[in-house]
Amino acid sequence: MRYEAPDSLDAATELLSSEPGVSRILAGGTDLLVQMHAGMTEPDLIVDIKKIPDLRAIVAEDSGFRIGAAVTGAEMGEHRELKSAWPGVVEAVELIGSTQIQGRATPGGNLCNASPAADSVPAMVAAGATVTVVGTEGTREIPVQEICTGPGQTSLKKGEIVVSFKLPARPSRSGDAYLRMTPRTEMDIAVVGVGVNLTMDQEGNCIDARVAIGAVAPTVLLVPEAAAALIGTKVDESALAELASAASAACRPIDDKRGTKKYRIKVAGVLAKRAAKIAVERAGQSL
Amino acid sequence: MSITEQESAEMKVVGTRISRPDGVDKVTGRARYGADLMLPGMLQGATLRSPHAHAKLISIDTSRAEALPGVKAVVTRDDFKDQPSEIVAAGELPVNYRDVVRNMMAREKVLYDGHPVAAVAATSMSVAKKALKLIQVEYEVLPHVINVVDAMKPGAPILDENLRTQGDESAPDTPTNISKRVQTGFGDVDAGFAAADIIVEREYDTEPVHQGYIEPQACVASYTEDGHAEIWVSTQGHFLIRSFTARLCGLDVSKLKVTPSEIGGGFGGKNNVYGEPIALALSRKAHRPVKMVMSRNEVFRATGPTSGANMKVKVGCTRDGKITAADAVLNYQAGAFPGSPVMQASMTAFACYALENVRVVGFDVVSNRPKVAAYRAPGAQVVAFGVESVMDEMAKKLNMDPVEFRLKNAAKEGVKASFGPTLGPVGLVECLEEIKSHPNYSVPLGPNQGRGVASGFWFNIGGETCVNMNLSEDGTVALMVGTPDIGGSRASMSMMAAEALGIDPKSVTVSVGDTNALGFNFLTAGSRTTFASGKATVEAAQKMILELRSRAAKIWDISVDAVVWEEGEARPASSNAGDFEPLTLAELAKKAPKTGGPIAGHAETNVQGAGPSYASQVADVEVDPETGQVKILRFTVAQDAGKAIHPSYVEGQYQGATAQGIGWALNEAYIYDENGRLENPNFLDYRVPVASDLPMIDSIIVEVPNPNHPYGVRGIGETSIIPVTAAIANAIESATGKRLLKLPMSPPEVLEAIEGNA
Repeated sequence: MRYEAPDSLDAATELLSSEPGVSRILAGGTDLLVQMHAGMTEPDLIVDIKKIPDLRAIVAEDSGFRIGAAVTGAEMGEHRELKSAWPGVVEAVELIGSTQIQGRATPGGNLCNASPAADSVPAMVAAGATVTVVGTEGTREIPVQEICTGPGQTSLKKGEIVVSFKLPARPSRSGDAYLRMTPRTEMDIAVVGVGVNLTMDQEGNCIDARVAIGAVAPTVLLVPEAAAALIGTKVDESALAELASAASAACRPIDDKRGTKKYRIKVAGVLAKRAAKIAVERAGQSL
Repeated sequence: MSITEQESAEMKVVGTRISRPDGVDKVTGRARYGADLMLPGMLQGATLRSPHAHAKLISIDTSRAEALPGVKAVVTRDDFKDQPSEIVAAGELPVNYRDVVRNMMAREKVLYDGHPVAAVAATSMSVAKKALKLIQVEYEVLPHVINVVDAMKPGAPILDENLRTQGDESAPDTPTNISKRVQTGFGDVDAGFAAADIIVEREYDTEPVHQGYIEPQACVASYTEDGHAEIWVSTQGHFLIRSFTARLCGLDVSKLKVTPSEIGGGFGGKNNVYGEPIALALSRKAHRPVKMVMSRNEVFRATGPTSGANMKVKVGCTRDGKITAADAVLNYQAGAFPGSPVMQASMTAFACYALENVRVVGFDVVSNRPKVAAYRAPGAQVVAFGVESVMDEMAKKLNMDPVEFRLKNAAKEGVKASFGPTLGPVGLVECLEEIKSHPNYSVPLGPNQGRGVASGFWFNIGGETCVNMNLSEDGTVALMVGTPDIGGSRASMSMMAAEALGIDPKSVTVSVGDTNALGFNFLTAGSRTTFASGKATVEAAQKMILELRSRAAKIWDISVDAVVWEEGEARPASSNAGDFEPLTLAELAKKAPKTGGPIAGHAETNVQGAGPSYASQVADVEVDPETGQVKILRFTVAQDAGKAIHPSYVEGQYQGATAQGIGWALNEAYIYDENGRLENPNFLDYRVPVASDLPMIDSIIVEVPNPNHPYGVRGIGETSIIPVTAAIANAIESATGKRLLKLPMSPPEVLEAIEGNA
C-alpha cells in the first residue's frame, strides 16, 4: 500500500488516474480508515488531499459560499457567516460523529462515501448546492445529487476529485433546516434525514422551496412534490400535512438493521414537517 | 442531585470521599491495560472464526498458513485435549470444562457465528491476518436456531445430540435444546390464585444484551522451555484464569503465574477464558510470547452477552392490595452451551415481595448464539422486566400508588424470602420510603410524560479471599488483595485499612497481587469485593495491630494485654500499665528489625455473611408521539449499601448500573440475518447509551448495615441495573397508555404501540 499526499490538484488527479490497482482518496479518513480496519477495502494507493490548499478553504463570494471538499465539520461550524446563511447545512455537517470526528470529517468525504444516510447530503441537496469536480480531462460543475448513484457508488470517473461545494447566494427571508431520526441522541447514523430550504415573501407566503430526504432510498432524494406542497402557501398546518404526505410518498426504503420501511416512511413525513417549521422560523429572522 | 448518608460518629475515614488512587494513571494514560504489555520477541495472535451459525467441522487444513513467512505457530482443536464433563464455579454462573474447551476452540461443530476454529501467531498482525485467510476449513452447514422459543419447539435444529433435560423427570430421552428445568417456591399457588380478586398474567420477551465493557479482552502469554508459563490479562479473576488455562493446557496450576492488568470494565463478562489458553498454546508452539487482543467485532460475536428470555408472569391479589400468589415460567436462552442464569432468575423473581404462595419454573435453553456470560446481577434483571411490569399493572388496577402497593407487600426482616431463607435486616422498605419522599416523585408531569416505579433484589456473595498487609520501614502500609479493582476497590480497601489502623488512607497503597503472591481468591463478581476483600483487609489489619501491640509491649517490657491500639499508635492500656510515650506506626516500623523483624498482617478465609441489597427506582420519561422516541427526563435510584465506604464510588455504581439498564430498555439488541450471522457487531449499530442520552441520575444511598461486616458493607455493584427496564416500561405506559411487553423499547416499537397496531 502506497500513501501519497500531493500539494496540487494536478498531481493528485495524475496519481489517481495512473494507479492500476485500487486507489482511494483520503480526506478526514473517518469512513476510509474504519473500512480498512474492518477489512472492507485494501487500497493499493491512498491519496491524501488535505495538503491541497483549494480543498481546505471556505470562501465567501458574491454568488455564495465556496467550501473546499476537505474542510472539516468543525471549521464549518466555526464559520460565522456560513452558519448564519446556511444554518441547516452547517447543522447537518455538525451532526456527523463526535467532537473528535468533527475535527477530521469533511463534507467531501461524507458525499463521496455515498451512504444513503449521509447527514450532510440532504441538507446540501435542499440548499441547491453544486460541486466542482476536477479530473485529468478537465473540470465539471454538477448538482450534489448527481454524485451518488447508489450505496457506495458514485458517478465520479477514475482520477476525478470533488474539489469544492458551491452554496448559492441567499434571497432575503430564506431559511434552511436539517433534522434526522436516530435512536441515540448522538454518535449514530440517520434512520431518516430530511433537509428543507425555503424562501418566504413579505406576506408570509412560501415562494420557493426544496426538500430532500435521506436514508429512505438508495440515494438521497430531491422531492419536488414535497416542495410543491409548500410553495404558494403560508406553510400552515394543511400545507405541512401535504408536505408530510409527499415526503412519505417519495420514500423507497428497505428494512434493515437500522430501521423498518414502515417506520422510515412515517418518520420522513414527521421530520419534513418539523424541519419546514424551523426553516420558516429562520426565514423570518433573516430579513 | 441528592445524597442521603448516615454519618457515623465513630468512623473517620469510612464514608468520606477521598481522591481515587488509580485516577491519575488513568487520566494520564499511564495505566496499563490488557493490550499494553510488550515483551521482547512478542508475536501477535489472531483467531479464525466461524462464519456459520451451525455447521459440522469436517476438516481444517493449516499447511498454507504455516508456510507463510512470519507465521510462527498455528493451533486448532487438535492442540487441546478434550475435557470430561465437570461443572465448576466461575463467578455467578457455573461452567462445564467439557463446554469450556469447546467454546474456546470448536471441536466437532461450530455453534455460532464467531466461534473460534483456529489461531495463528505471527511476527505482525498483518501477517497473522493473511495467514488466517490461508487456513482452509471444510464445513457442513446445518440448520440453525437463534430464538429461545424456536429452540424449544419440537423439530428445532439440535445443537448437541447428547443433551437431555436435567431436572425434569417427564422429559423424554431424546435430543433437546432444553438443558435444564429448575423450580423454586413454596406454598399453594393454585389456592393463592383462587383467593385472589384480581389476576394479571402477561408474556414478555427480552433480547440478549452485551456487557459492553470499553476494553476488549486482551492478554499476553509466555511459555518457557522449562514448562513454566505466565499470562498478563484483563480479567475479573486471575485465579480462575489460572485454573481454567492450566486445565485446558495441561499445566500444573502453580507453574502458571497470572497477573491481572488494569481492567477497562467487565460487568461479569470477564469471568471466563477466551483467548488465554489459545495464546498460551501458541506461545508453547512458537517458543515466544504471544499477545491476543480481541477486536470489537470479536467481542460482540464471541464473548458472552447475558440471556434473552421469554417469560410468563402471573400475580394474584386481593382487592385491598395483598398479593395472594405469584407464578412465573422463565425460558432463558443460554447461548451455544448450557448455563444461563435461570436459577438466579427463579430465585430473585419475586424476592421483593412477602409471599405465601410462590412458584417459578425455569428452563435453560441452548441456541446458535455466543455462550452467555455473567452480566451485573445475572438473570435478575431479565425477569424483573416481567415481574415489575405486572406489579405496576396490578397497582393500576387497584388504583393504588405503585410505591404504596410495593410497601404493602414488601419483603423485610423476618419474612421468608421467595427463594427460601428468612431475611435478616434488609433495606427495601427504606428504599421505597426514600423514593416516595424524594422531590422527583412529585414533580408535575407535562404532556406525553410519564412516571414509572420498579424494585430489584440481589443476593451478593462472599467467597474465598486472601490478603496480605505489610508495614514498610517508614510506617506506611502496602496492602495486597487478590480481587481485581473493577469499581474502585483499591480506594475502599485503603480506607477500610486506614480506618482499622487509625491512620491516613494516603499511607496505605493497595495493589492487586498476581497468582503467586497470594492464596486463591475468587473473582471480582457478585458484588463481593468491597465486602469480602474488605472484611479480610480488616481482619489482616487486626492481626497486624496485635503484632504492633506485642512489639510495643516488648519495647516497654509489659504484657501485650496492657497495650492498646488507638488512633494509629500503641498506648499503655491505663496508668497501671506504666507511663510510656505512645509509639506510632512509624516508630514501631523503624524499631521492627530489633523487635522481631518485619511486621505484617494477613487473612485467608472463605468469607460468609454477604448482605443482600435491594433497590427501588423512579423513571420519568417523555415519549415523542410521532416518532416513538423515549427521552429519559429524570431517574431516581435508592439502593441499600449497608454502609457506603466511599459514597462517590457507590453513587457511580448506582449511576453506571442504571445507564446500562437504560440502554437495555431502549435500544440494545443483537440483530441476526437469515443465516444466523450477527449484523451489528459494533458500537454504532449495537446502541449503548451515550452521555447525552442520559439525565443526571439521582442517587440515594440507603444504609441498613450488614451485621456480618465490620463496617456494615453490603455489595452494591449490581442491584441498580435490575429495576431499570421495568421502571422505564411503566413510565412509557404512564405517558402513552400503552404497555410494551418486549425489549428493547426502541422508537419503532414504541411508535407501533402508540399507533395501536402492537
